Amino acid sequence: MSATAVAAATRRGFSAMQYLICLRGIMWREMLRFVHQRERFVSALVRPLVWLFIFAAGFRQILGVSIIPPYETYVLYEVYVTPGLIAMIQLFNGMQSSLSMVYDREMGNMRMLLVSPLPRWYLLISKLVASTTVSVLQVYAFLLVAYLWGVEAPPWGYVTVLPALVLSGLMLGALGMLLSSMIRQLENFAGVMNFVIFPMFFASSALYPLWLVQQSSPVVYAICRLNPFTYAIELTRFALYGTVNWLALAVVAVMTVLFVAGAVLAYDPARGLIARRGGGAP
Amino acid sequence: MNDISGKNGPELPREAPQAATSLAMPALAMDRVSHAYGCRKALVDVTLTVPQAHFTALLGLNGAGKTTLFSLITRLYDTQQGTITVLGHRVDRSPGEALRQLGVVFQARTLDLDLSVMDNLLYHAALHGIGRRTARQRAHEVLEEVELAGRARDTARDLSGGQMRRVEIARALLHQPRLLVLDEPTVGLDVASKSAIVAHVRGLVRERGVAVLWATHLMDEVEPSDDVVVLHKGRVLAAGAAANVVQGADMRTAFTMLTAGADSTGAGME
Repeated sequence: MSATAVAAATRRGFSAMQYLICLRGIMWREMLRFVHQRERFVSALVRPLVWLFIFAAGFRQILGVSIIPPYETYVLYEVYVTPGLIAMIQLFNGMQSSLSMVYDREMGNMRMLLVSPLPRWYLLISKLVASTTVSVLQVYAFLLVAYLWGVEAPPWGYVTVLPALVLSGLMLGALGMLLSSMIRQLENFAGVMNFVIFPMFFASSALYPLWLVQQSSPVVYAICRLNPFTYAIELTRFALYGTVNWLALAVVAVMTVLFVAGAVLAYDPARGLIARRGGGAP
Repeated sequence: MNDISGKNGPELPREAPQAATSLAMPALAMDRVSHAYGCRKALVDVTLTVPQAHFTALLGLNGAGKTTLFSLITRLYDTQQGTITVLGHRVDRSPGEALRQLGVVFQARTLDLDLSVMDNLLYHAALHGIGRRTARQRAHEVLEEVELAGRARDTARDLSGGQMRRVEIARALLHQPRLLVLDEPTVGLDVASKSAIVAHVRGLVRERGVAVLWATHLMDEVEPSDDVVVLHKGRVLAAGAAANVVQGADMRTAFTMLTAGADSTGAGME
């Protein structure tokens, strides 16, 4: 790019470099926050491990898992439940970053983000990418501990799972972002737990295969089938074994686009929910 | 959407560089701006101008609509009626260009308390697309100016209220804006910090030609040579040079008379 072109770019609009600097800045801050909030990392790791070490050990004898794709043999319950726990990490992270958006907004940091001259959709997507990166790191930390515990996936599975993690992380992060535009107060995260995290987690294929659910309750089965979280889990489960669940991929991709669009719309100054509500301004 | 390239609608003519620096163009112009939250009217027909290189005080009691006005200038939400222009750039049509010229200090504390002072500044610089090296250099300069260069590595949480405010002002200047808007910047500060901040901002106007819109409900922060805009219950009651608005009375008396007059004639909305 010539000197005049650079000058023109800085005078009006922004150069690709400036977009990159902005993304890097947002990611770097998210990392710093993650590092500073050590309890957040520890609890993100301990939560699924409690399920893996205790719940799965207890359930192992009660629940027989037959051979279902992508598994080629009978698997232990620990193995079955691992993708569900991975998705749980990402669900919590998505909601937690939504909590941090609410917190940010309360503390005014969100205001600072939104007065950046870069387009607002870009700022929100950068924030989303940053929180997804954090969630992927958390998942790999969990996979490492699970590996040491004896829950092993095929070696290349650890690589093929990455794109699935990115996509499902984006979907859950975008859902969190959409919710954050609707939550007014910090305390309402308890509400998010009750009304979003628990129903999504339990009405999914995280803890039990859907054919088992179908046998006991067709209604709950139908709900599980409608739950996008089920597809995030299945996408991850198949990717961990080097295969693609196309239906899950399609659902997760479509839901990601919808949630991102919803979040961008909710934070849009003209149509947004913030505008309708007054943004907490006295 | 924040379309900075102006792809929405017809391409606006590019401002010539001379026009952009012309002092005749106001730093901030609001033209008949109205805003309502549901049926509660927060701003009614607000017209005001902040000239370049001038200190303009926006006087108003709590609830006068100052914070709404700031939310509109910074485009937290769109203007429902009327137009807002920052140095020739309409906030709704080219928000990127308008926000780039604008430094903001919000009433609420907006530093990330877990991060160091320097990290807060670098983050802000990144949000404006300023590269690491330039950002670091400018951060040192602005911290020097607010006499906090020695605290760069400290966590923001460890600063006093006055110091945080100074860091926020430093941060608002990092991208070298030509208009600085501050929403009640001295609330909750002791007398010494307060006068240090007022003096610093007045210095910016004098020495660097930054335009300032300073919202306050404290009459003693206004000097006779300032421009003042008196906002009361969402309406502009008076605007002009402070000396003219006051007309001989002292600032506090004049303000009380103005707002009381508005209330008795029914110009208020409640």
